[in-house]
Amino acid sequence: MARQTPLHALHRELGAKMVDFAGWDMPLYYGSQLEEHLRVRECAGMFDVSHMTVLDVTGTQARRFLRHLLANDVARLHPGQALYGCMLDERGGVLDDLIAYWLDEGHYRLVLNAATRDKDLAWIERQCRDFEVAVAERRESALIAVQGPQARERVHAVLEASGDAAGARTAAALKPFHAAEIATGFVARTGYTGEDGYEILLPAEAAPDFWRALYNAGVAPAGLGARDTLRLEAGMALYGAEMDETVLPLEAGLAWTVAWEGPDGTPRDFIGRAALAARRTDPALRRQVGLVLEGRGVPRSGQAVQVDGASVGEITSGGFSPCMKQGIALARVRGAAFERAQVLIRGKAVPARVVKPPFVRHGKVLV
Amino acid sequence: MVEGGGLDNELAHGFPYLPFAEAEKTMSEIPSGLKYTKTHEWVEELHDGTVRVGITDHAQELLGDMVFVELPEAGGEVQAGQECAVVESVKAASDVYSPVDGEVVAVNEQLADNPELINQDPYGEGWIMQVRLADDAELGELMGADEYAAMVEAEEES
Repeated sequence: MARQTPLHALHRELGAKMVDFAGWDMPLYYGSQLEEHLRVRECAGMFDVSHMTVLDVTGTQARRFLRHLLANDVARLHPGQALYGCMLDERGGVLDDLIAYWLDEGHYRLVLNAATRDKDLAWIERQCRDFEVAVAERRESALIAVQGPQARERVHAVLEASGDAAGARTAAALKPFHAAEIATGFVARTGYTGEDGYEILLPAEAAPDFWRALYNAGVAPAGLGARDTLRLEAGMALYGAEMDETVLPLEAGLAWTVAWEGPDGTPRDFIGRAALAARRTDPALRRQVGLVLEGRGVPRSGQAVQVDGASVGEITSGGFSPCMKQGIALARVRGAAFERAQVLIRGKAVPARVVKPPFVRHGKVLV
Repeated sequence: MVEGGGLDNELAHGFPYLPFAEAEKTMSEIPSGLKYTKTHEWVEELHDGTVRVGITDHAQELLGDMVFVELPEAGGEVQAGQECAVVESVKAASDVYSPVDGEVVAVNEQLADNPELINQDPYGEGWIMQVRLADDAELGELMGADEYAAMVEAEEES
């Protein structure tokens, strides 16, 4: 039996097409996936992402532990700030990607993927044995992502109408990639769409009313389908597609998330560093590129990418861009740089232009 | 905590989704005058030796928003049970199988720029091709609406 989020009944009520995702019964779309996508780019949409794994890491050595565990450096953060990064194994392969929030002294919050939950928990428990930390999963909560150019003002209005005017003010003052605890819950100015907005963690029992209030404030429910095309346009990596244990972060366009040095400029250690450092300049490393299809068709993950008839790699994520009305893709390729390529779609080589992601950010096409 | 509907309704003006109470899932449409295949194509007899072919409402619902259609070539031959077109949705590419043997006498060129017609009007503006039948006896092997409805129901339960 698939697990259900605290918002499950509302998805059914809204007529969502439900799918199994990592053992959860989740909404794929409610009506038109394309409309949901555009709604987020142009106005505001909301996603139930309660299936994601939320862990609180507390204790006097919480920072030391996370600096060891993560390839990005939580010592870069000031209180209330968040960072995106990868958790690597000793070989430098990506175990998961996550957002780490520094809440206050000795208290961090991690948001990890749903599909990797069991593996992540086992790994983290094993790694934290020598540290004075406690790791607790927040299973009783719902997580709602509200995204789009009008997302924040609509959340503020809902917070005010519900009596959390102080929370609305706190949220309104948040800078990008910052978070705060408010009466309603935990509000973070983060997301996975390339638009402004919030991710809000709140008690399961309060979530349905909050969702309804957002709905009545004109925030469109959007499903996992739109979430995927939005993050693809935003050039954001998806665990299991762009990276897994067999891929180094350097090969997935995530070199910027590897903090080789601490804030003081001196080299720092973290799990996977040695393996990663040994391959840092390896010419055999693959690299990520963005592709915009010039012919008709839709690139899909697994399709071969060719240059002059020779395979140079494959699509890791592909789809139809609702904003560009074209096929776009992320691909992992090797060898010399190239500006044009072909994607092998059902036996046909369709020409594509190589670009640097993101494709779309804040409602604007960038490639 | 938060009361639904407590906000100014003007904010919700122009909102494309139905209110909660009205947003119930509708059954897919299966017109009684058409013939159907196991692979979710429909066939409409035009009584001039030709038929129109498209994919069913149920099929477009399963596939989601259409973004691309690869049409057969007008003048080409199609064979029953063989791939004749590709419809690609936000989710995946799917083959369309010809329900009949014959010659393609027309294709719906509108789909090249407006693939969403298949979602909006699968039995009308979203038609895919018109075929001159090689043998009109073979229409008898296709399913009627009741039989197709029963098959869809059985598929949904499994």
